[in-house]
Amino acid sequence: MSNRDYAVNVSGRRTQRGKIVLPLLKGLAYTLKNFFSKPITIQYPTQRREVRERWRGLHRLNVDGQGTLKCVACGLCAKICPPQAIRIVPYEEEGGTRFPKEFYIDEIRCIFCGFCQEACPVGAIELTKVYDYVDYDRQDFQFDITKLKDPEQFIFKGK
Amino acid sequence: MAEGKTMVLNMGPHHPATHGVLRLVLELDGETVVKVTPHIGQLHRGIEKIAESMNYQQVIPLTDRLDYTAASLNNLGYCMTVEKLLGIEVPKRAQYIRVIMGELARIMGHHLWLGSHALDIGAMTVVFYTFRDREMIMNINEELSGYRLTPSFLRVGGVAKDITPDFIKYVREFVQWFPKAVDGYNTLLTDNIIWRKRTMGIGPIAAEEAINYGFTGPSLRGSGVAYDVRKAAPYCSYEDFDFKIPIGENGDVYDRYLVRMEEFTQSLAIIEQAIENLPEGPVTVDNPWVLNPNLDDVMQDISALIRRFKIQCEGPQVPAEEVYQAVEGSKGELGYYLVGDGTAQPYRLKIRSPCFILTSALPRLLAGVMLADVISIIGSIDIVLGEIDR
Repeated sequence: MSNRDYAVNVSGRRTQRGKIVLPLLKGLAYTLKNFFSKPITIQYPTQRREVRERWRGLHRLNVDGQGTLKCVACGLCAKICPPQAIRIVPYEEEGGTRFPKEFYIDEIRCIFCGFCQEACPVGAIELTKVYDYVDYDRQDFQFDITKLKDPEQFIFKGK
Repeated sequence: MAEGKTMVLNMGPHHPATHGVLRLVLELDGETVVKVTPHIGQLHRGIEKIAESMNYQQVIPLTDRLDYTAASLNNLGYCMTVEKLLGIEVPKRAQYIRVIMGELARIMGHHLWLGSHALDIGAMTVVFYTFRDREMIMNINEELSGYRLTPSFLRVGGVAKDITPDFIKYVREFVQWFPKAVDGYNTLLTDNIIWRKRTMGIGPIAAEEAINYGFTGPSLRGSGVAYDVRKAAPYCSYEDFDFKIPIGENGDVYDRYLVRMEEFTQSLAIIEQAIENLPEGPVTVDNPWVLNPNLDDVMQDISALIRRFKIQCEGPQVPAEEVYQAVEGSKGELGYYLVGDGTAQPYRLKIRSPCFILTSALPRLLAGVMLADVISIIGSIDIVLGEIDR
């Protein structure tokens, strides 16, 4: 049952009797050594860490060269969204081009899994590096198209 | 207190040392525990039920929130279960990336355990060092997936994206740095007389009894049983790596501590081997029923567009079969029992949570111990309520 060849018994590391003061001093020395090392904490929000390229923050609706939304209101993002945070009202022009008339993302419901940007067939929705949006009202977290077009405006820039 | 009368004390659910929202009703005779009744369910979110109304991809972020200290391991277990049901084999490169993510998650889970366990017992310093090193792994997660605690990086049929050069750099940095950090933890705790007094001989459980209670993971190995799913039923290329399974002898809090400390080193060895021998190739399985066609194909090919819509809306179609797959989570054998009914949604997803089973042994482990030792024993079996309550 017990000893197989891939097992290593660690019970041998049990310290036997004796050895009382020295280990305590060693521990204190380790702490003291770290006391003089460079701190790894940063003073948020005056200091802010740079997040990585793939960061999944607030959503952005991308626009093309003419400034119109790339989104074709196919609803794939709303379909894949696990917490069902996306609501789209599509709108079709005379020529047959589809646009989102309304596009809401509930940023409180959202879990930032990034499935919407993976699902999007035209690269219209993207998760940005904005990670600390704050507001006073729950209603303010219902992002509409105007807010979604430019989430970078919410980056905290200090008072 | 009158002779023979006991006092009932509610410990938790907001007690800082009960690791989440565990509530224990302790019946005390002076300072000695007579009877313990654990109450769970305060973090119940109905994950198993929610999964029944989702498609197979949408369940992945839910599994992140089971054992949130080691999220990638839960992803791994779930994705492998669905793959087993679909009968697909993930490419080697994706398997290696999964192993790296999983072992990093295991170290993350053990970091949280070590920090909070020592904090509960009264060694406050350790938590700062473990969280400093945990930060490095979170940065690796962030580089790879874009999220730090709940990466949701694994997919049915592979991983979400290929790795970046920075990822390899960060992992190598971590592999180089971490042995020194483990030495530091050992310096602070292993020989420390206060730590030894608080852990040695506390809460022992014999191998036979631990098996009967259904223990798995480090808590079982602390009692001297060399059972580890990675060795007993290798999955996800674990047979490629050279690593050992640490076991204890006495089954007390100190042995469970030693086992987990050695697992730091063994997990690190696996990560090092995986990152150095990372094979080339694709990171998702080449199967049109599972693979999401990329954007270039979608622009060129209408069938790829249709397939993309089909896969994203419904996910893979699984056969009407039942399957069980277990992985070695950071707390023990984490199993998923999945019943497919031929549609795009699971008929039933049952999660075998190791922590739930460990919690069921609390009345046995805590009977007759001193009140102060309750904290050490709860810390030593390393339970996470997100997984118990699901």
